[in-house]
Amino acid sequence: MPASTDQLCQRVRGRLGDRVAGLSVALNEVTLEVHPDDLFAAMRDLRDAEGLAFNQLMDIAGVDYAAYGDDEWITDDATASGYSRGVDGFSTPRLGLTGIYGVQEIQSNTGRRFAAVYHLQSLTLNHRLRVRCFAADDDFPVLDSVVAIWEAANWFEREAFDLFGLIFDGHPDLRRILTDYGFVGHPFRKDFPLIGNVEVRYDEERGRVVYEPVTLEPRVLVPRVIRKDNRYVDPESAQEA
Amino acid sequence: MAEISSYTINFGPQHPAAHGVLRLVLEMDGETVRRADPHIGLLHRATEKLAESKPYNQSIGYMDRLDYVSMMCNEHAYVLAIEKLLGVTPPIRAQYIRVMFDEITRILNHLMWLGAHGLDVGAMTVFLYAFKERENLMDCYEAVSGARMHATYYRPGGVYRDLPARMPQYQASHARSQKDLDRLNSDRQGSLLDFIDAFCERFPQSIDEFEALLTDNRIWKQRLVDVAVVSPERAIQMGFAGPMLRGSGVEWDLRKMQPYEVYDRMDFDVPVGRNGDCYDRYLVRIEEMRQSVRIIKQCVDWLRHNDGPVTIDDHKIVPPSREEMKDDMESLIHHFKLFTEGYCPPEGEAYAAVEAPKGEFGAYIVSDGANKPYRLKLRPPGYTHLAAMDEMVSGHMLADVVTVMGTMDIVFGEIDR
Repeated sequence: MPASTDQLCQRVRGRLGDRVAGLSVALNEVTLEVHPDDLFAAMRDLRDAEGLAFNQLMDIAGVDYAAYGDDEWITDDATASGYSRGVDGFSTPRLGLTGIYGVQEIQSNTGRRFAAVYHLQSLTLNHRLRVRCFAADDDFPVLDSVVAIWEAANWFEREAFDLFGLIFDGHPDLRRILTDYGFVGHPFRKDFPLIGNVEVRYDEERGRVVYEPVTLEPRVLVPRVIRKDNRYVDPESAQEA
Repeated sequence: MAEISSYTINFGPQHPAAHGVLRLVLEMDGETVRRADPHIGLLHRATEKLAESKPYNQSIGYMDRLDYVSMMCNEHAYVLAIEKLLGVTPPIRAQYIRVMFDEITRILNHLMWLGAHGLDVGAMTVFLYAFKERENLMDCYEAVSGARMHATYYRPGGVYRDLPARMPQYQASHARSQKDLDRLNSDRQGSLLDFIDAFCERFPQSIDEFEALLTDNRIWKQRLVDVAVVSPERAIQMGFAGPMLRGSGVEWDLRKMQPYEVYDRMDFDVPVGRNGDCYDRYLVRIEEMRQSVRIIKQCVDWLRHNDGPVTIDDHKIVPPSREEMKDDMESLIHHFKLFTEGYCPPEGEAYAAVEAPKGEFGAYIVSDGANKPYRLKLRPPGYTHLAAMDEMVSGHMLADVVTVMGTMDIVFGEIDR
């Protein structure tokens, strides 16, 4: 019988103590936040401590929070004023933050932009935990590598490096993994345009493949909308589900 | 002159045994592999980034194209994550349908794996046998969704539609004699459930045939037994899941340990290997097909006797029926809003995992309250398995690389995403 989320929270708190920077339960999932300085030690404890025993790392997801909560259609006072006729033009949430079509430079360095989200699982105790760790510096995000704790982290960290530019200190072989040889940029960052920066074709004259600036027009079929209206969500039933 | 002790060879990306587009850089010492470095990403389509630019429902179809031999299982993880965010549970009939199609998908996947694995190692016949059976299961996909592979059948709040009362039949054509037509249509006279039931009756004999070709085959055993042995500790450490983990003797199956849908009502066994070699993983998968048949039978039995809705009755998430839409103003509005904008799950994050045929397939969604996911991360089982390539083939012969690739059940749609 797996431990309840409350029990798990208690155990995590009891074991990690001050290293818990945040602990929350939502949708029956426990999310732990740790400070980047404590990441490696905390992760090792999560694997080795009795009652936690997270012996398997299922996943590492890089997340770029730069555009979190941006929408392109203000809906709060729409009831009184009516909607505009549609959304047009190059707005930030529409086409990304910067890049060739972006309009806004990211200038502030919040230390809350890049995070790695680890999903841990214990095969012995049958419970799961999510660990989030924000990199301290947005311009040069560095986190400790956990490859020494779980070997499965190897490729997941390479992926997060490739797609988000997160540097994992102590990784034995931090190379790009999913993108092309010689690729420039980190494509899953919110300031990387969806259409990309370059396109590739075979050049008959030069007899080789050439890279050129992208000629696609960016387009959005459905605007991004945030509605606070969630009548149908009952927080209590969501807890059970 | 200095003596060259090792050399490097390129395996793939255009090699029939590379299962698609793997480029494997092998450092060889004679015919022995010293180091293997898989170069992946040749099929990278940025599915996760594309999903960030579309309403939730429009990305379901992308999930089919990840692991393109176990389509519905991928949809399942994604849809479960959305349902978790929305806080909705599909009706019980939809849950049974999902379980049934998950298991059909498992057989579909394992047949593909068996055929390809056999072909890699040199057994041609089993490939043809396996593909013959796969055809029937694809017909089931087609009967419910209209598509043989990329079904987009699971939807948040249920499944797209109920099972058809009549199994589609082959049409007469100049290329087919009446006798052939009658034979092909002989088990298509009733409903889809009758067809699946008939399949379940005869499929175990087909598995026996596959086993007759392989299990005690001397060549097959020479190529598989004691090749790429993985200890249970290493399997856990390297993040293995599914048959790769069970082949090493770890009794772990999400369907049993963290049951989703109605798996807790199903009676089935979880096969576990003993030696952790390629042969054990082969046996595990073969037995999984037999167990899947058991589960499908239980689902068919339940679905025959229990009617009910297959989607929830919330038109903020599920579109109203065509009839309603043309009849009722509010339904029309719901329909319009759902297809032009979608729904906005509350702010939060959810991770949902299913026991896909290859292992744990997970979907992690971060929502900031918008009608599109803020971030979608998919956890493909094959990714961690392929990451272990170096460890599994080091010290083996070049020919074993092919065997290991087969035993991993690699599909690049999910690994490269």
